[in-house]
Amino acid sequence: MSIEKSSHSGEHRELGGSAGLPERFENPGLEPHRHRLADSDPKRAKRSERQIALIFTISILASIAGVVGYAVFPVDIDRASVLNVRWSTLVVGLGLGIGMLGIGVAAVQWARALMDDGEKIEDRHPMSAGPAAHQQSLEILRQGADEANIARRPVLKGAIAGALALAPLPFLVPLIGNLGADWDISKFKRTAWAPREDGSGDPERFFEGTYRYLARDPQDTKIRAADVTNGNIVHVIPHGLPEEEHYLEEKAKAVVLLVRVDPSILKEAPERADWSYDGIVAYSKICTHVGCPVALYEQQTHHVLCPCHQSTFDITDAAKVVFGPAKRALPQLPIKVDPEGYLYAAADFDEPVGPSYWQRER
Amino acid sequence: MTSTTTSAATTEQAVPAPVAATVDYLDRRVGLGFAIRGLARKLFPDHWSFLLGEIALYSFIVLILSGIFLTMFFVPSMAEVHYPENALPVTMQGVEMSEAFASTLNLSFHVRGGLLMRQIHHWAALMFVGSMVVHMLRVFFTGAFRKPRELNWVVGFTMLVLSLLAGLTGYSLPDDVLSGNGLRITDGVVRSIPIIGAYMSYMVFGGEFPGTEVIPRMFTLHILLIPGLILALLALHLFLVFWQKHTQYPGPGRTDKNVVGYPLLPVYTAKAGGFFFIVFGVLALMGATMSINSVWNYGPFDPALVSAGAQPDWYMLFLEGSLRLMPGQTEFVILGWTLSLNVLIPAVVVPGLLFTFLGAYPFVENAITKDVGEHHVLDRPRNAATRTALGTAFLSVFFVLLVTGANDLVATHFGLSLNAITLVLRVLIFVLPVVVFIVTKRVCLSLQRKDREVVLHGHETGIVRRTADGRFYEVHKPLDEYERWVRVGHHVYRPLELPPREDARGVRRPGGRADGIRTRLSRFFFEDRVEPVTPAELAAAQSHGEHDELPAAPEGSSAAELAGTRGTSH
Repeated sequence: MSIEKSSHSGEHRELGGSAGLPERFENPGLEPHRHRLADSDPKRAKRSERQIALIFTISILASIAGVVGYAVFPVDIDRASVLNVRWSTLVVGLGLGIGMLGIGVAAVQWARALMDDGEKIEDRHPMSAGPAAHQQSLEILRQGADEANIARRPVLKGAIAGALALAPLPFLVPLIGNLGADWDISKFKRTAWAPREDGSGDPERFFEGTYRYLARDPQDTKIRAADVTNGNIVHVIPHGLPEEEHYLEEKAKAVVLLVRVDPSILKEAPERADWSYDGIVAYSKICTHVGCPVALYEQQTHHVLCPCHQSTFDITDAAKVVFGPAKRALPQLPIKVDPEGYLYAAADFDEPVGPSYWQRER
Repeated sequence: MTSTTTSAATTEQAVPAPVAATVDYLDRRVGLGFAIRGLARKLFPDHWSFLLGEIALYSFIVLILSGIFLTMFFVPSMAEVHYPENALPVTMQGVEMSEAFASTLNLSFHVRGGLLMRQIHHWAALMFVGSMVVHMLRVFFTGAFRKPRELNWVVGFTMLVLSLLAGLTGYSLPDDVLSGNGLRITDGVVRSIPIIGAYMSYMVFGGEFPGTEVIPRMFTLHILLIPGLILALLALHLFLVFWQKHTQYPGPGRTDKNVVGYPLLPVYTAKAGGFFFIVFGVLALMGATMSINSVWNYGPFDPALVSAGAQPDWYMLFLEGSLRLMPGQTEFVILGWTLSLNVLIPAVVVPGLLFTFLGAYPFVENAITKDVGEHHVLDRPRNAATRTALGTAFLSVFFVLLVTGANDLVATHFGLSLNAITLVLRVLIFVLPVVVFIVTKRVCLSLQRKDREVVLHGHETGIVRRTADGRFYEVHKPLDEYERWVRVGHHVYRPLELPPREDARGVRRPGGRADGIRTRLSRFFFEDRVEPVTPAELAAAQSHGEHDELPAAPEGSSAAELAGTRGTSH
């Protein structure tokens, strides 16, 4: 009966008859105030006062202790120790914390125990200034518009709108225009693995001055194919990259994972048959989802996993996605070995590494 | 003026002369008298939940103070340096790193109180966003956003969004491995925006990721632009709270036309002022004793490194979870253009929808109720069943995202399959809000019915009596009028009933379609409802339920017992 499950209600309220009873209950007004013991017992009030004074005193002592802690535990570069750092943090912090907390607790206790605790009533006034003021405001606005003569000058209206719209541009265009440096997003498509076709590369770092050697991250040492053992994962950077300009930007695109798996379980597309060497495959370490390094390798399943959002890629199957929010496989780096057995990159990635963007395939 | 104060205060203590003189000085120059008269005795209702917003305010002040300390020693530069060989910590000696990271280490280890301030700053940031969110939930569930406070809701909402940006930009500054990966994810998300994404990435980083611009830029946003905006909005927020006066919980004597509470001077000054010191004190104790974001354990940013099991600050966790939840199949290439819905939906659309719901809710509800009056007495959440249910459903989505953001920790702690957890959560994000909505709504309606029952039949006392003819009954203690009022005083909305869309001659009424939608929404909101007890119903219940009434007068002892139970129940 009390739940109404219909949209046309209205009559239901009549029940119970109306023997002079009001339709609804009426607000009974404030409950009678109940006094605290401290209001009538001066002893109790005195005790509260002492309590509060004690808390303030604790605060004072703590603040002093904090300043003393600052002086007692030096952390200057020639006298510092981890222990001093710890003690300094703790003592200064406790001093500050207890000093502040003491003031707060004492003040609130003061308000609770000793200040007048009678609730008071104040009237509210409607937010609106009222219909008369409303009329008046409209009249004022109309008068302002009249005096400005806006209504009869449409050309002026258009002109001022146009001027206001355009005036910020000489500010905004340089501001935003400069933010993106050269705006050359084609850089996304090229990495430090790109062969130096003119043969100008340092022969130490580039095979035949053209093809970049693979190197361990962070030691920057060349990698012999024979040293890459089955089931191992090697984190790879282009050889010599740490000494080059824009190291971090280049590294952020060029890091590679090197894994050797049993060639018999390696599923390779015919056009990529010569991209691996004797079961060794190299894939971009940058996740195709939002760009975290894909850092976790599971030996048993030959899956690599991105710890950020758990996209999982199958190394034996062209690093295709087997789980998670990424769509695309990790780009593969074509690798070869030089006569001494060192691995080098035969070409750059054939697609942009890392997260997708609108113009990615253009 | 001074003389009248002193002469009038013969019975009470006089205002000390220097105070009186200062007031007089300021009054003659800036009209301080108006302010004192208007504000000093202004009343504020008292309730613990009104402190939530104060926690946010005070955390923000602590953030500014500790932040000023940090700016004195932090160097927002991405120039590469080698960390000194004689500086702490030992693991970082001679390591190549950015100046930002080096100065973060230096201020943690070689500035007295520096680590303390860093930790206070970080804890205060977590507390700031946390208390804002809980404050917002309080405002939501009690309907404090209703007319006339919709605009202040929007102000608060904007501050929440800004505080998330403040958190994101601040978290990125130390340039450690974790913050660098945070920026990298930001880069990935920005790139997914159709057409301009790649250019926006260039705009953020001043070229390719990570570049050398992003930390100085984030620094400026973090210490100047964002806190400046928050400060301005904060002033507006507080001004509106003063101007519109605070809401109050329903209770005897409280109406939409009054405020019941304690005056600003002295009670609220002591309580709110004291509370600032409490919040500051607690944050300082946290900074002193609880280590947070020990960046030297992660090391300087290196784009090839990442640490497993790393979670962002809690307020960004839902975004992380959202990214993890989305299946990857939703990236498409259309005519050669790549549309990366697998990133765009979880990182842009989902938060967009969640925030739109939050920001727009007061206006949607107002459009449905077509309410014109001012509301200053809060709703008890149970009495706004549909709103409460919508709120909890919203929260359930948020919690699913939070759990997803920590799914790797759930997997390792409970020995579960990560993939299975993620698949289950992919279903839950759709199912759970529906279930939670239905359950919450039923619970609210049940609580309302319980209110009716208590009003009609009184509280159970646990006293069982036997009548002279051998019947047993339990004595119920009727509610006094103050206790009853809380349960019967609320307004019950009914679904709108609008005229039909077509008139008698089949002519369509203008605006008929919008009204139709509004009617349906209104029915969704208010179709199920429980009416509060009317005086007539109470009278009827008392006339036919004799055994529920107070025992008759001759049993003098029972009256005393009942008085006793009344005392304990309060």
